[in-house]
Amino acid sequence: MTIKPIIQCAAAQWRALLAALFTVLLVTVLPGCEPANTSAQEPPPVGGPLLLRRLTEAQYRATIAEIFGPDAPIVARFERGFRAEGLLAIGTSEAGISPFSIEQYSRAALSIADYVMQPDHRDRYLDCAALADGRFNSDCADQFIRHYGELLFRRPLTAAQRQRMLTIAQSGAEQLGDFDQGLKFALVGLLSSPEFLLRLERVKDNSKTITELDDYSKAERLAFFLTNAGPDQQLLEAAAGGELNSRQGLVKSVDRLLAGPQLEGAVRAFFSDMLQFDRFADVSKDADIYPAYSSQVAIDAQEQTLRDIVWLLVDQRGDYRDLFTLKQTHLTRALGIVYRQPVATRNGWQLTEFPETGVRAGIQSHIAFLALHAHPGRSSPTLRGKAIREIFLCQDVPDPPANVNFSLVQDDHNAAMPTARDRLVAHRTQPSCAGCHKIMDPPGLGLEQFDGLGTYRWRENGAVIDAGGDLDGLPYDDAAGLAQALHNHRETPRCLAENLYHYAVGRDTVWAERDYMDYLIAAFAKSGYRVDQLMRTIALSDNFFAIKTTGSDSNAAPTTALKPSAEPATMASDLPTPATGGSS
Amino acid sequence: MKQYTRRSILRGALRGAAVGVALPTLNCFLDDSGKAFADSGQRIPPRFGTWIWGCGFIPELWVPAKSGSEFEFPAHLAPVAHYRDQLAILSGFDVKLDGVPNKPHITGCLGLRTGVPVPNEEVKAPTLDVLIGQVIGGDTRFRSIEVSTSGIERSYSYRAAGAANPSETSPVALYQRLFGEGFQDPNSARFKPDPNYMVHESVLSAIGEERRKLLTQVGAEDRHRLDEYFTSIREMEQKLALQLQPPAPVENFTKPQPPEPTTQDATMANVLATHRLMSDLLATALQCNQTRVFNMLLSDTASNLRRPGTTSTHHTLTHEEPVDAELGYQRQVAWFAEQSMLAWRDFLDSLARIPEGDGTLLDNCLVFAHSDCSIAKAHAVEGIPMMIAGSAGGRVRTGFHLRGNAEPITRVGLTLQQIMGVPVAQWGTLSMQTNRSLTELMV
Repeated sequence: MTIKPIIQCAAAQWRALLAALFTVLLVTVLPGCEPANTSAQEPPPVGGPLLLRRLTEAQYRATIAEIFGPDAPIVARFERGFRAEGLLAIGTSEAGISPFSIEQYSRAALSIADYVMQPDHRDRYLDCAALADGRFNSDCADQFIRHYGELLFRRPLTAAQRQRMLTIAQSGAEQLGDFDQGLKFALVGLLSSPEFLLRLERVKDNSKTITELDDYSKAERLAFFLTNAGPDQQLLEAAAGGELNSRQGLVKSVDRLLAGPQLEGAVRAFFSDMLQFDRFADVSKDADIYPAYSSQVAIDAQEQTLRDIVWLLVDQRGDYRDLFTLKQTHLTRALGIVYRQPVATRNGWQLTEFPETGVRAGIQSHIAFLALHAHPGRSSPTLRGKAIREIFLCQDVPDPPANVNFSLVQDDHNAAMPTARDRLVAHRTQPSCAGCHKIMDPPGLGLEQFDGLGTYRWRENGAVIDAGGDLDGLPYDDAAGLAQALHNHRETPRCLAENLYHYAVGRDTVWAERDYMDYLIAAFAKSGYRVDQLMRTIALSDNFFAIKTTGSDSNAAPTTALKPSAEPATMASDLPTPATGGSS
Repeated sequence: MKQYTRRSILRGALRGAAVGVALPTLNCFLDDSGKAFADSGQRIPPRFGTWIWGCGFIPELWVPAKSGSEFEFPAHLAPVAHYRDQLAILSGFDVKLDGVPNKPHITGCLGLRTGVPVPNEEVKAPTLDVLIGQVIGGDTRFRSIEVSTSGIERSYSYRAAGAANPSETSPVALYQRLFGEGFQDPNSARFKPDPNYMVHESVLSAIGEERRKLLTQVGAEDRHRLDEYFTSIREMEQKLALQLQPPAPVENFTKPQPPEPTTQDATMANVLATHRLMSDLLATALQCNQTRVFNMLLSDTASNLRRPGTTSTHHTLTHEEPVDAELGYQRQVAWFAEQSMLAWRDFLDSLARIPEGDGTLLDNCLVFAHSDCSIAKAHAVEGIPMMIAGSAGGRVRTGFHLRGNAEPITRVGLTLQQIMGVPVAQWGTLSMQTNRSLTELMV
């Protein structure tokens, strides 16, 4: 069960009523929903299941760069992430590992290991070599395997793992006639291992219902959340010394990571995920209708939004809500063409401002939002409205009914209906559509002054565009007003807190965590809606490391059993038998 | 070999769903075939693939008036009339929803590929191409190859939920994967095994040794996923082992030249050009045994195909375009439906162009073409258009139009699996559950 408000499309006669009710609910009930837990005390931890998460491509790259330096080449095409409950981060707890991904991980491993063991690089990574008489240098290999093994596996290797890699190194060296080539394949082994590619979380004490992650799993959660890469040497040492178990020790590590340069990477990774930038891979724009669009514009557009986010949230330690009204922005010349705004610098980025008198403000008025949530040849108030509801306000909008006739609505040459608003009115008066469209369309129509790419316009098919509307009781006249409405909407910060927590723990919230969510939101408000402070609150909370080991609460997400399944093996093999049946 | 058997691996891959699946060797296919390469005496393996196009069809332009072998090709099927004897046209088979909400363009497509209609993308894997691949796909470099030609990385081939087998979207990338590093020319006079492959193989084998221990450390849900990881590692290991053996010679084979970079987007002309290039590469890969299973996605199920300079796509047109009063159907939608069938002809041309044994590569393939819905405007999953091309080396009967009369569509999937050697007697759930093979297709 989720805490998300779900907008239901029920039976026909309920629809108009529901939509009206929804507005009423937001206006009248939500003021009573002030965070119940206004004290700074965290409620008792609830915990979630142990997770097995795949590294994302960004995490893989950042981790390799941290361990082997930014020049280590990663020659592979990573498959796209799997999005679940709105986030790729949750998908990492559910996604499988296809043969294609192993094929690509193998290529990546070979390219990295090749680089590391090249004669002119190898001395950076190890200070020993084959024995003088050419014999295998077991100590040297062991040292190499232990050091890089611990960094890659995010915990010390077991004796068996060390031995296995040592055997690879030795037999490889013999077969290839070269000590370093043997080590290269030991590194390929480390880079292809499940302990590197997957985050296998483990608990301290299996006998308690609510327990917590073990030291190294704690370090791993912290590092990926706060730096988007694996734990560095210092954090691994803190874990080894048990420091992460004391409040003081934990504060020290968390504050160190939050003060470091990787915070920017962590903030970028979170917002790229939340803003669904992975979907840019599928975006195409009609070259005749939007000649300014190019693959460079697509890349720059994402970078623009991320730069603005980092500038406000990391550099200025600013208020999250100001992202929706921000006039300052970073532009390149390619973007300037789309925004019809001159950019002085010839190369690269420039911090500038959207015109004071214009309606454009905030990240929802950027190309990266407007073009992503639109069609190849036109804008889409519905897609944009749905995205605002789902991404920024955490409100679910159901799929449209399967059997709908849109022909009236979307023929943009319909002379009687020159603007999208005219056409969508038809939608909102058809009972089977109205329930959802009354929710989705208004915020989307507020962005209609931007075409399918994001360029400002004030007419569509000759008629003046009316971008006015009302966002759950917050009226606006144009995109600038919508920006203010989003800034002031009470769900805006709550949704961010939910998303950030989901991102951190790799799962949806469970019902019993609602007090915890109130606690987070209260702390977020108290900090002046500073995202770095919210990250700190989450990272320091008991609930962040808490693991629930049995499924006594029926409302909880499926809880992971820690012991091997008791199912009898039905086949010849004595391996643990996966449960039969469906996927999940 | 090593510490686990092929059987246990298969079981892992099937996530325990198909209990008792034995792994047939290729020989059992070949007993009745007797077809062999003229020069090497080697048996010709059967291949299986799916070819998907989005947004259905215009029934009056696609469904032949007569059933049986005396049918005539309606306008939209005319491009493939040349392949009459090698085609079976299947109309009127239904995905049965049993009350499951119809997620537009998803439920129908995945329903017919898995036998289970789902209201979302939580697919009840594996899809039938994977089930068939587990039987015929071994002993090749790639268990399967997925291709998407409209610039979208999407795939409807799932071994497990949560991870589709991703599609190649660029001809250059497809070429590099198939014929780049690691490709061994089967007709090369010299063969020298690369010791690096040997060492790499032993690395993966050593990783596999951790499987048993790790599986006991995670919960049931994650055990599926971890097992999938180990299965994929094992497949990679087999692939490397293959690199250490000289490849079997292939008649009439020459390694293709790398394609020139082209534009991949959804405009119809570019899609047709990309599709032709990638079809040819795929056909050549099938010819020289790089893979035996493929999934080709001409357009996504919510088809993004478009004409330059227009504000609508094929998909949006299906909903927006008024029905032409004179024609009785949507004129622009019909154009995209027809173009899709032209692409289908191109695909068959690519397979038929390659001589193999006493016929062509097409004869040794079984290609299952289907869409995601019948009438896209209503997202109808009743009567989804389907075709079968090729005979998998004489294992399938073709040359007729078969009406499904609202029979469950799973009868087709069940039959295809059986033809390709999957030991399955029953497939699908609820009203889609069936044990009735389509005898019309069986030889």
